[in-house]
Amino acid sequence: MSKYVNETIKKIAPSGIRKFFDLANQMEDVVSLGVGEPDFETPWHIRQEAIYAIEHGYTFYTSNRGLDALRQEICKYYQRRFSLSYNWKEEVIVTVGASEGIDLTFRTILNPQDEVILLQPSYVAYEPLVTLAGGVSKIIELKEEHQFKLLPEQLEAAITDKTKILFLNFPSNPTGGIMTYEDYKALIPIIKKHDLLVLSDEIYAELSYDQTFVSIASFEEIKNQVIILNGFSKAYAMTGWRLGYLLAPRDIVTHMIKIHQYGIMCPSTISQYAAVEALKYGDNDCKMHKDSFEARRNFLVNNLNRIGLTCHMPQGAFYVFPSIKNTGLSSEEFAERLLQEQRVAVVPGSAFGTCGQGYIRISYAYSLNQLKEAIKRMERFMQQFNL
Amino acid sequence: MDEIKLLKLIEKDARISVRDLADVLNESESDVLDQISKLEQQQIICGYHTVINWDKAHNETVSALIEVGATPSKETGYDAIAEKIYRYPEVTTMYLMSGKSEFIVVINGKTMRQVADFVAQKLAPIEGVHRTETYFVLKQYKVEGVVVLSKPNEDKRLIVTP
Repeated sequence: MSKYVNETIKKIAPSGIRKFFDLANQMEDVVSLGVGEPDFETPWHIRQEAIYAIEHGYTFYTSNRGLDALRQEICKYYQRRFSLSYNWKEEVIVTVGASEGIDLTFRTILNPQDEVILLQPSYVAYEPLVTLAGGVSKIIELKEEHQFKLLPEQLEAAITDKTKILFLNFPSNPTGGIMTYEDYKALIPIIKKHDLLVLSDEIYAELSYDQTFVSIASFEEIKNQVIILNGFSKAYAMTGWRLGYLLAPRDIVTHMIKIHQYGIMCPSTISQYAAVEALKYGDNDCKMHKDSFEARRNFLVNNLNRIGLTCHMPQGAFYVFPSIKNTGLSSEEFAERLLQEQRVAVVPGSAFGTCGQGYIRISYAYSLNQLKEAIKRMERFMQQFNL
Repeated sequence: MDEIKLLKLIEKDARISVRDLADVLNESESDVLDQISKLEQQQIICGYHTVINWDKAHNETVSALIEVGATPSKETGYDAIAEKIYRYPEVTTMYLMSGKSEFIVVINGKTMRQVADFVAQKLAPIEGVHRTETYFVLKQYKVEGVVVLSKPNEDKRLIVTP
């Protein structure tokens, strides 16, 4: 029946992670370090608010842009945490995860053949979503020797007459790389000169360890060219609630809202009530989650270096992205053999773009005991390479 | 070294190895060891204990929480009375409180009789103690941050996600 299916969709390859999931899923006794979500349950006070909303019948549609109270809290949050001001009435849309925000932006902005600069290795959804919106992805390959940061000369070299969007995602899934204020500062003149729209996926903002998180919207001179995407999944351990938001200039929101209102209407009302609670009283949860991830990051990186999987100390998110080039294996071979021989699931770096070849993504959203067991197994695995 | 971080880690898991602590804190093992000894000497670390669900171990014990009303003596205040109470090994925990009663005392005994005898024969006669109110524990739900009735945590996540 695929003759009915749209040609563009047919050409999109299914996610490389899916294949690996199927494989790992049929095996017993697997220690997985392959998960892209926190291991914490949603904090109890947040869950209580959702239960309260259900019990008291707050079960109707909200306005298309999202609950007033939630949009107000989102703006207060960005002011409080990152000193950025947004108008809750005109510059916010509550979305179904940050994912919807990405899709929404591409579909609102891109004309056919417009180019989007994407940084890779990066989250699997960006490139297909550009394609679905009729755009063309221009990939910048970030390098390990630059701590997976974007350099100004790389950006300059990728820009053409058709470039419309620069997509930034720091802290980064899968590399854990970040951009500091100084790193961004070097990009600002280029963004201004070429009048680029910047899309900044800040979903891991709260998980920044040795440096304070900086949003690129902090540069006043380009703030009206920036769309911020964020959500509740990573900071508050709320992945299953499917709730995110975007902050954007009013004139863009006016058009985005059309796609959102016809396609989505509004995200789950229950989730929105829970999110109000998260923003009002959840700062301490974020801090606890962050501290816990930081401890596990240190533990994992020190142990990986000990067993011959050398990697730099990632500065954000909850992933380590070590090189496996010295084993002589491809990412897929490494991940598959590690799974078959020692029952440890990691994700091949190549799932995050071709330049992820030679790397694997290891998530540390696991307890120390789980990490320990995984390291024991990985050490056995690494011994065969005599490094 | 971040002393508070170190303390929080061993507060949660007293059995964590020095090597693991060193890895988590990004410090050397010898530095961690030195720091722990220092904290022990300073009595910041006062002991290492295990949270045990005695109900499950089929070892019958009785716990009681006792509110103690007391009048302080002019010379020594509350501390002297408190000492007379907490010196008994049956007392596991004791606090000076705001509110209606001066002290809260937690005691463990083998039987309810034993607890009752302790209150009647040891605690109540202490000079300065003028009132006791004993509450027996019927069931423990959470101790030292640990929900003792819960099943081991299962990972509810998918095995691999982007």
